[in-house]
Amino acid sequence: MSKIYETVIGLEVHVELATKTKIFCSCSTAFGGAPNTHTCPVCTGMPGALPVLNRQVVEYAMAVGIATNCKITQYCKFDRKNYFYPDNPQNYQISQLYLPICRDGGIEIETAAGKKTVGIHEIHMEEDAGKLVHDEWEDVSIVDYNRSGVPLIEIVSEPDMRSAEEVIAYLEKLRLIIQYLGASDCKLNEGSMRADVNLSVREAGAKEFGTRTEMKNLNSFKAIARAVEGERARQIELLEEGKKIIQETRRWDDNKETSHTMRSKEDAKDYRYFPEPDLVPVVINDEWIAEVRSRQPEMRQEKMARYQTQYGLPAYDAGILTGDKTFADLFEAAVEICGKPKKVSNWIMVETIRLLKENGMSPDQIQFSPENLAKIVRLSDEGTVTNTVAKEVFELVFLKDIDPEAYIKEHGLSTVSDEGALRAAVEQVIRENPQSVEDYHNGKEKAIGFLVGQTMRAMKGKANPAMVNQLLRELLQAI
Amino acid sequence: MANIISDDTIEYVGILAKLELKEEEKARAKKDMSEMLDYIDKLNELDTDGVEPMSHIFPVSNVFREDIVTNTDGSKDTLLNAPKQKDGGFMVPKTIGS
Repeated sequence: MSKIYETVIGLEVHVELATKTKIFCSCSTAFGGAPNTHTCPVCTGMPGALPVLNRQVVEYAMAVGIATNCKITQYCKFDRKNYFYPDNPQNYQISQLYLPICRDGGIEIETAAGKKTVGIHEIHMEEDAGKLVHDEWEDVSIVDYNRSGVPLIEIVSEPDMRSAEEVIAYLEKLRLIIQYLGASDCKLNEGSMRADVNLSVREAGAKEFGTRTEMKNLNSFKAIARAVEGERARQIELLEEGKKIIQETRRWDDNKETSHTMRSKEDAKDYRYFPEPDLVPVVINDEWIAEVRSRQPEMRQEKMARYQTQYGLPAYDAGILTGDKTFADLFEAAVEICGKPKKVSNWIMVETIRLLKENGMSPDQIQFSPENLAKIVRLSDEGTVTNTVAKEVFELVFLKDIDPEAYIKEHGLSTVSDEGALRAAVEQVIRENPQSVEDYHNGKEKAIGFLVGQTMRAMKGKANPAMVNQLLRELLQAI
Repeated sequence: MANIISDDTIEYVGILAKLELKEEEKARAKKDMSEMLDYIDKLNELDTDGVEPMSHIFPVSNVFREDIVTNTDGSKDTLLNAPKQKDGGFMVPKTIGS
């Protein structure tokens, strides 16, 4: 009896731009300053203070618009959105309602269901609000205005997505584009990328959209996927019970995996927008658009192709390295130094990714320098250290960005190729493992692997493996 | 007075403006608002077909700042206006959500 439902999803994505200063004043946007140290009369809404637009904000917004196939609005302006909340000292937010800087774009996403284009309705520029910290001991909140006036772009998609999988694919693509442009670091956990999910359900085949809800407080891709699934189930349940869905804003609680109503009727959405009188219009001529376009950096597709032709990397490597801006930057910088693209690629794709997983880190949390990665590649490639030692030292590079060359020297970790020392070690291993020696003489080739392992162990992984192999065979033959 | 402001409207505007009005204040505000709307109606008599909506009174565009930090620690001046403060921040009644 149960009906088949289709989920319809549109996203509003807020991205904090990577400018040095705020959108309308010369305060720093650096993350993590002591409360209220990055404030001035403009970003705290003092009467009479006048905003002046940061040119870089316009250029970043244009760059994102161009990269997402939008039309640039050549005559654009700001509007005032009125609301009262302690995080907003002006009692209004300067945003764009009527003439947003970009419109009518879209990006292509790919999921198991195939390729499709998700439309971008508009991108507008606006200012961020301050931050409220809820006091643990007293029934109060503490307000920090450092974030007040940090530039944001809001990217509003069309309701083109139909599943959590498509939502994640869209967000990952968008994040990668913006990171490649250098317009934002797009860290969901630090709030420099935030997504609000608009979701409705309808019976499959229906033409009209159902009533939608807006979900906030989503700070990881996993939380977004869970919120989409949870809200879809909640709405279908209501419809199945013959109840109505109320158009409202809901707050997702990822620990409890449920959402609850955030805004009551009292706080009806009535922002009384009007043109911002303190700012003059922005006129963007063709030359300016062409200039921004000409400065667009190499995007993922071009980079992938270049990694294969210029560096001779397999398509698989090129795909992984370009799938994250941090990997791509690290790779190019390290190759520039050591000139060994495939080796660098291997160290990133195997050891780095393994260590990221083990430490529960994302690529943007990588702390080691390309210089130290290049050194590891060179030292292991030249045979200065064995693979085993190289991997061990690389763990320290990964965790503490140590200089591997100095560390190897200091701890005497260079490969031992001294025949006398190796011969002594091999002789001892042979003495201590008569059973394996016998096995070898009885035709068990595998026994030699065990003896090599024992020798390497005795030499703490530093023995030249080729020489150990050769000496073992020689000495075993002699018995 | 062509424009009549209802009790509901006054109540709603009060909520939006976070104002609690006494009955006599409401009566006065209703009168003021209807007069304002009458005045706007006068402007509406003008035929503005084909006239571009004005977005700014000065014929000026593209006033920009370069992206350079010049402001220093402003916390002392900013916090001078805080009725209550704690840990370098403004202390306000507890708010839920964000």
